[in-house]
Amino acid sequence: MKYLAKDNSKCIQCGNCETVCSKTYFKEDNYEKSCIQINKEGDPEINVCNQCGECIDICPVVAIKRDKLGVVRIDKKICVGCFMCVGFCPQLSMRQHDDYIEPFKCIACGLCVKECPTGAIYIDEKSDDEARELKLDEVFRR
Amino acid sequence: MDIKKMRESHKLLAEYKYELGKIERGYANRTLYVNISDNTISSKPVTETMKEKFVGGKGFGLWYLWNATSPSTKWDSPENEIVIAGGPACGITQYAGTGKSLVCSISPLTGIPIDSNVGGYFGPLLKFAGWDALEVQGKADNDIIVYIDGNKGVVTIEEAPLEAVDGHILGEQLTEMYADNEDDKRNVAVVTAGTGAEHTRMGLLNFSFYDPRRKTTRLKQAGRGGIGTVFRNKKIKALVVKFSNVKGNLNNAYDQSIINKTGIKYHKEIHDLDHLQNNMRKIGTANIIEVMDEYDLLPVMNFQYGSHPDTEKIKSTVFIEKYITQGVQDGCWYGCSMACAKAADNFTLKTGPYKGQKVTVDGPEYENAAGLGSNCGIFDPAAILELNFYCDTYGIDTISFGTATAFAMECYGRAIINKEATGGLELNFGNFETAVELLHQMSRGEGFGTVIGQGVHRMKKMFVEKYGADADFLFDIGMEQKGLEYSEYVSKESLAQQGGYGFTNKGPQHDEAWLIFMDMVNNQLPTFEDKAEALHYFPMFRTWFGLYGFCKLPWNDIVPEGNQYTDEPAKVPEHVQNYLDVAYGVTGKRLKVSDMIRESERVYNFQKIFNIRMGKGLRKDDKAPYRSMGPVTKEEYESRQERYDKQLKEIGYHIEGKTTEEKIAQLRKYREDQYEQLMDAVYKRRGWNSKGVPKIEYLKEIKMDLPELIEVVKDLQ
Repeated sequence: MKYLAKDNSKCIQCGNCETVCSKTYFKEDNYEKSCIQINKEGDPEINVCNQCGECIDICPVVAIKRDKLGVVRIDKKICVGCFMCVGFCPQLSMRQHDDYIEPFKCIACGLCVKECPTGAIYIDEKSDDEARELKLDEVFRR
Repeated sequence: MDIKKMRESHKLLAEYKYELGKIERGYANRTLYVNISDNTISSKPVTETMKEKFVGGKGFGLWYLWNATSPSTKWDSPENEIVIAGGPACGITQYAGTGKSLVCSISPLTGIPIDSNVGGYFGPLLKFAGWDALEVQGKADNDIIVYIDGNKGVVTIEEAPLEAVDGHILGEQLTEMYADNEDDKRNVAVVTAGTGAEHTRMGLLNFSFYDPRRKTTRLKQAGRGGIGTVFRNKKIKALVVKFSNVKGNLNNAYDQSIINKTGIKYHKEIHDLDHLQNNMRKIGTANIIEVMDEYDLLPVMNFQYGSHPDTEKIKSTVFIEKYITQGVQDGCWYGCSMACAKAADNFTLKTGPYKGQKVTVDGPEYENAAGLGSNCGIFDPAAILELNFYCDTYGIDTISFGTATAFAMECYGRAIINKEATGGLELNFGNFETAVELLHQMSRGEGFGTVIGQGVHRMKKMFVEKYGADADFLFDIGMEQKGLEYSEYVSKESLAQQGGYGFTNKGPQHDEAWLIFMDMVNNQLPTFEDKAEALHYFPMFRTWFGLYGFCKLPWNDIVPEGNQYTDEPAKVPEHVQNYLDVAYGVTGKRLKVSDMIRESERVYNFQKIFNIRMGKGLRKDDKAPYRSMGPVTKEEYESRQERYDKQLKEIGYHIEGKTTEEKIAQLRKYREDQYEQLMDAVYKRRGWNSKGVPKIEYLKEIKMDLPELIEVVKDLQ
């Protein structure tokens, strides 16, 4: 499955990734509206969704699903804005901003990769076995 | 099931079209009134006075009920109403436990107002359809449903002859009928009772929500007080609401940001701490089965004892490992990260009309496991689940059924009633086959099941009159007060909890106060004044949930890290602040804790005076069965002899050479006197006189001196 991989040791905290992300999805240069977020102080830490899929089982309306490429996506038409996925994300990478009533997250589009001057982020593939969501047919013995 | 045929057979009795409207700060500002006697439907304004005095939810329900009824109204009078109202916070999606409806009616068990707090999607969808409350009055000639289409703005009353009555089938049928497709099913919410509700006084209401993973209609229950019985007596088969565009901001909150922030903080807390604390996400309220046993608080065999070696067989981990599906989102409204609405899937029924079918059982909650299980001496998890299922689908309150059956079992064991009385049923403790047959009898309206279905209060009278039973003894062991069966906690060793049950408005249900740990385990309430303060604060605090549309469980079934270091851990101060923040976020009202208590005091005392108007609500009605206070029988005393001997010594009674009977009598004298003293202290703290009547000066102080209330209490000052 496709995901945005990271190497904290290469990050220089320039914020280019945040700018391109928030501008692309929210037409605004605002790191609080970026799916990828970099800490502003201390050693660099890149915080971004690793597509583990734990949020899939948390959503009460099944608005979060994994697409064909393995990317976890939110269907905003279905979403009821409960933000449980935000509270339950093990990476704390599900985002919420008060300007919107739905959460948002990295969909591994790769636009930030092009803007990163050091190669600290890159699109990669990992095994489907790392998907954390339940297989409902097995759970319910269907 | 042929849904098309069912729908075609509906006969339209009334149709009402309305403007969809907009919710402002949590209020739709109008109530839907439906009269099923003359088939009229109308809209009533929700006034500023109503909001100020009653807030919403249970407050609105009681206010409408008061106006609809008179002191002579009985549960089956046409003017009795069923009022369903959510409250201003109902329907927000960011904080746990915000989809609650409060249902009010005159109870067939108690003859006074009952209020029952229930999850499921009906309350929120009703509000989004444009209504703060639904008020149903009258009686239909034939079975009807009331359908509210919140997308189109149409309300109809329709005769519905072909649908099932049992909750689990009817919920599915109507969800299927009114949803456009599979994805639309979660936008339909159904209220049903069941066949058992027709033949008993302990009928409940099932509130549905569609589970998109299980692809089945789940049921939550407004269990207490027999509202399902009123529902079927009115020939209501179901109430249905549909609203298809739920989003997280439909309440048009005053400050959505603070709600988001508080909600996410709470979700994180559940994520980080639930598995270290109560396991609510794994097993819900049933996590306490073994805890109650450990503290001698689990009712065993009609509350005679508080623990049993066989509890091991029904402890929470047995349900987790063997029956309850794990890891699936189980909230009964969107945003409930506590997710306590557990279910056993693919459960094969062994008895009754659905024998052999694989069903989803909603439960077990703690009260079900204790009431249907240990209290009836049944220590078999599969038996508990089967009883749980049939109670729900037949529309029978698990608590009243459990406590009433346990009472009848004890009477049978003591030869107060015999096989002739039970119609041949072997009614011994532990007999699952008999217990489940009683339920099937309730469904069919026959046999001893319908006797138990009358409740403990009426059984006591019947056993005395028909079988010559000792009335005093039955009063001691019959665990009911004001006509309502006790919920499932042994209160013998906690005086505060005896009051927590005994001084309630609706009857002995623990939703007003649960003080056992504070009192008995942690010794935080040593004096009468301390107990009285707790018996003021907690019932008022907990009443507040029902005014706003909140669930109580997220308040203290998990606590924040460091809660034990706060000034008052039992109050969970951080969570209280969460509620104040969320209420502010929705309504714009910045309340302090004292304001919160004041809002509740108004409604609580309104309900108290309503009770007095209906002929209960005085000191004599707060008298409690001795089994809630201490050992009635020799076996009970001797099973905990060390404990009771020790207390007798502490109060200066010389136990040497005394028989158990003498010691029981002495202990009883002491404990009953303590209860009376507690009553004095609590009444004083609550602003009531020694008769249990709110003082007029107090009503003025809390701004609840409405002329119609003064009229009821003025001669009782």
